[in-house]
Amino acid sequence: MRVKAVMLRILRQQGHDKRTIGLMILAPMLVLTLMSFIFNGAEYHPKIGVVNAPLSFINKLEDNDAKIVRYSEYEAENALELSKIDAVINFRGGIPYIKLEGSDPSKSNAVIRLTQNALQQTISMIKPDITYLYGYKNMSSFDNFGPILIGFFIFFFVFLIAGVSFLSERDTGTLERILATPLRRWELVMGYILGFGVFTILQSSLIAWYSISILNIMMVGSFILVLLITILTALVALTIGTFISAYANNELQMIQFIPIIVVPQVFFSGLFDLSTMTPWLQYIGRIMPLWYAADALRNIMIRGKGWNDIATDVVVLIAFCAFFTVANILALKKHRKI
Amino acid sequence: MDRATSINHLPCIRADHINKSFGKKPVLFDINIEVPYSQILGLLGPSGSGKTTLVKLIAGIETATSGEIYLLGEKMPSLKMMSKVGYMAQSDALYGELTALENLQFFASMYELSKARQKQRIEEVMQLVELSGHLKKQVKQYSGGMKRRLSLAIALLHEPPVLILDEPTVGIDPVLRKSVWEELYKLRSNGTTILVTTHVMDEAEKCDNLGMIREGKLIAVGSPYELKKATSSNTIEDAFLFYGGARE
Repeated sequence: MRVKAVMLRILRQQGHDKRTIGLMILAPMLVLTLMSFIFNGAEYHPKIGVVNAPLSFINKLEDNDAKIVRYSEYEAENALELSKIDAVINFRGGIPYIKLEGSDPSKSNAVIRLTQNALQQTISMIKPDITYLYGYKNMSSFDNFGPILIGFFIFFFVFLIAGVSFLSERDTGTLERILATPLRRWELVMGYILGFGVFTILQSSLIAWYSISILNIMMVGSFILVLLITILTALVALTIGTFISAYANNELQMIQFIPIIVVPQVFFSGLFDLSTMTPWLQYIGRIMPLWYAADALRNIMIRGKGWNDIATDVVVLIAFCAFFTVANILALKKHRKI
Repeated sequence: MDRATSINHLPCIRADHINKSFGKKPVLFDINIEVPYSQILGLLGPSGSGKTTLVKLIAGIETATSGEIYLLGEKMPSLKMMSKVGYMAQSDALYGELTALENLQFFASMYELSKARQKQRIEEVMQLVELSGHLKKQVKQYSGGMKRRLSLAIALLHEPPVLILDEPTVGIDPVLRKSVWEELYKLRSNGTTILVTTHVMDEAEKCDNLGMIREGKLIAVGSPYELKKATSSNTIEDAFLFYGGARE
């Protein structure tokens, strides 16, 4: 009954605060939309300047969608210096000399790959047959890290809102006031989890639906499982946020916790490829809830995996949630011993 | 007379050798005080004297570093006793985004009042503090005095046998202050025991008994009349000065 009253109160507070609701739902959608614009771009087609190149070679490059410009040796140097082109290929005595502009490694790699392709194709005409176990040809990088972003934004916004609202409960003296009633500490924490829980279920469903249906992020698995993971992510963020707020004295300090609590999780969640990192360092990710959320979301959305493959992630997320719920109940002892 | 009865009967509130420190900073020193049933005890002292801390100890929000507090015969802090206490904090602990009605409903649920009882009590207490016309208003639109009255209304909601009011009349206009005191007297005659803190001397006169607190020490306890007589002063203020100065 008291749990329900706390829950109802939180929902009513949110209901009166339309701007926060708007921000919690619209801000992640806006950022996801922008990211899809940026990372959905098609494959990069390098611009290459050629000097003394044989026609067959140029044709091969153009077959591979490179933009080719013929230059004299002097013009080519100039164009390269002005970054008009990504590379110059100069044939001297039948051997191609490639000079790269070199300031963007991804562009450099594209040139090298393309040139090697073109040279190989001039030698043999056999084309390898390529099939995909997961993903598809021309899969964009947004498809690849979109699932992580969904998890991240839900975590980030719920962490902040839950932390700040618990903080203001302490600030305005209402926490002390309700602890002067027979309300038990666990009832308060459960009320918070349920109140924000209802709200975050709504939020994370909307964000997941928007990413999949409107932004067309790659999704081959079950939407129900995606919802399960996003809701668990939100609940973990909620319990961590309220727990951390006990160590913040004001809203600004709550924001200052973001680089400590949220940012490292982004680095280790799989947004960046960590496979070249020292192996024991890679395992740091395993202590972070977002790693499990990202792992599960990627398995569902990109690889179409089912319950069996994400069960471990689900169990770990529930464990995080349970751990911080208990931690919250204990942390309230600071305010009332019983 | 009062002393004699309190030996035979347990007092409603009893603080026994209370010491309290926050970290290394001591705020209360060896406080002994008793409040018999159906009495109003006023705690008088300047801000920072430790009144609020003492009141929180009695309400069960804080725990004493040493010493014991008994409320209605039971040792504090106790969750069971919390439902017997109506507490009004010094700062208005209200949810500004919610309406007055939503605030009242929330706190009524904390004491698990039934729906019908909630409705009835909300009407009664809001009439008492003259806020019936502002039930649907968001609390952040309330003035300081209105918030104070709403806090009082919330403390009275569940008809607690013990009322603990921390500076209840700050910012309330004199006419309403008078009616608040009349209500406190009415509650007292119905058997409610009331603990009030104040730093206003003329308000102290209205209490049955007074405890004077200065720098964490209880410097005098007695009825306003006794305290004035013992120090041969005309006002409570002079009596306070006498006890405060005598300790220096």
